Amino acid sequence: MSEPILVANDVRKSFGGLLAVNVDRFEVAKGAIVALIGPNGAGKTTFFNLLTGFERRDSGVWRFDGVDLEGKPPHAIARAGMVRTFQIPKALARMSVLDNMKLAAPHQRGERFLISLARRSWREQEAEVEDRAIELLEWVGLEVKRADYAGTLSGGQRKLLELGRALMADPRLVMLDEPTAGVNPTLTATLLERIKDLRGRGLTVVFVEHDMDVVASISDHVVCMAEGVVIAEGSHHEVTSNPAVIDAYLGREHGERATVRS
Amino acid sequence: MDVGKVFTDGARGALSVQSAAFSLAAIGLNVQFGFAGILNFGQVGFLLVGAYGTAITADGGAPLWVGILVGIAAAIALGLLLGIPTLRLRADYLAIVTISSAEILRIGVSSRSLEDFTGGVFGIRGFANSFFDLNPIPVGRYGIGEVSFDHRALWVMTVAWTCVILASLLVRLIARSPYGRMMKAIREDEDAARSLGKNAFSIKLQALVLGGAIGAIGGIIIAIDAQFTNGDYWKSAFTFFAYTVLILGGVGSVLGPVLGSMVFWFIYQALDALLRQSITEGVFGDVFTPSDTGPLRIAFVGLALMALMIFRPQGMFGNRAEALVNE
Repeated sequence: MSEPILVANDVRKSFGGLLAVNVDRFEVAKGAIVALIGPNGAGKTTFFNLLTGFERRDSGVWRFDGVDLEGKPPHAIARAGMVRTFQIPKALARMSVLDNMKLAAPHQRGERFLISLARRSWREQEAEVEDRAIELLEWVGLEVKRADYAGTLSGGQRKLLELGRALMADPRLVMLDEPTAGVNPTLTATLLERIKDLRGRGLTVVFVEHDMDVVASISDHVVCMAEGVVIAEGSHHEVTSNPAVIDAYLGREHGERATVRS
Repeated sequence: MDVGKVFTDGARGALSVQSAAFSLAAIGLNVQFGFAGILNFGQVGFLLVGAYGTAITADGGAPLWVGILVGIAAAIALGLLLGIPTLRLRADYLAIVTISSAEILRIGVSSRSLEDFTGGVFGIRGFANSFFDLNPIPVGRYGIGEVSFDHRALWVMTVAWTCVILASLLVRLIARSPYGRMMKAIREDEDAARSLGKNAFSIKLQALVLGGAIGAIGGIIIAIDAQFTNGDYWKSAFTFFAYTVLILGGVGSVLGPVLGSMVFWFIYQALDALLRQSITEGVFGDVFTPSDTGPLRIAFVGLALMALMIFRPQGMFGNRAEALVNE
């Protein structure tokens, strides 16, 4: 395993009496595609929300590429290079597909009030942003939809848009929350190809997924959570044959509960 | 019935200082609600602090232009004061806080304990002479037929509509810039914008302050035109009329609030002439008396707004495709 790009320690979050996330250690190797799996209610999405600042932690520290990100607001975490997508894609419905993309570009001079009034000072950068947006739209196969309102896209197309938009933000780590949920098989194949491409672009990927075929086909490393705790990690084969994982998915009546590793 | 009077009254209403001031209030709301998606139900409060900031400062002996700057600064301060604690919370909190603070301001300025400062219920009078001294228009009446104004009214109208044009140009520049794009993204989905590195809180605060400051200019214009301000004028209904103007014109469009205001005031004044004449001529029999004109025309405005929402939800100048997009 190469050096980690993200290391999280002792991350905890409870809702009322329920300890939803209780992760002692979570590491992501630079350049890897890591799948986060686990039964419903395992705390995967909450863990995602904590790491990306959308949920406030009770405790825990995490370091991303040499920078401590715990306690930082979501926009600061995104600017640091850790960009997420959502389980239910958040297309900006009444904006064009192209504007959705352009929005995400970082360091835009024209995003400051006074500078925005002087078109000359941001026109050139805007043209660069647009070129890059179109390039990425071609990459996700939505180039023909560039002028359409994002609200007219199908669920699967929205997932693709979100993926392209996340890349537009120039991340080093993308966190995808169920990238293929509710997406038809053809688009799923496209999405998976694109996620695999990310490695070639020097990116690291963490994704939450339920579909084991998807996990098997694209991940280098699998982490399984159950009841807020990381119960197993390793290769796809190692994790899926781990008795604790089988217990977590199928219930415990299959035999004695295996020792929980954390 | 004098149909000509219906039209001339309407035209005078459309061009009036009041119409320009409502344009500014609605342009401000458009920045806040149309672009950034934040619900300010207390826009009249921003107009009030603009008017009183100007009136108190100028009445105290400072030059009028200093008063105008104080009025705008007061609106900026109000925006920060209301926005900082509420804009991190759900959208409803800003709505509640703005509507109640506008009421607090209205009642506050009329209160006896502030009488030395705000003039209490009597308000402040005669603080804008220097503005009228600057009037370059020779004494006389100008216009076509019944749609004419004296030099004084024309001077205020010229300045007021110039402010409207400048504010519209400002909004147009913003709307086409990455800054405007960021505001619209906040309106569409705050969390999506935050996940892409945009500081939603800061942008919403800027929209509130900017929209409030534009509205305050409308308030200042009304106060200068009347050479008078007191608490009674700044009721919450003002805010809702400004929303009516905005929705009529088209939420999110640059010219919507301006043309919305002109159409609104045309209809409002024309209806007044029409209803008054119809009632006097007995068109409604004994059902209504001339004093019912005021409430009746407001009822008609309500009906018109309902019809607009049903048949033309994007308003007169909004984008229909955009208004009908599914979330």
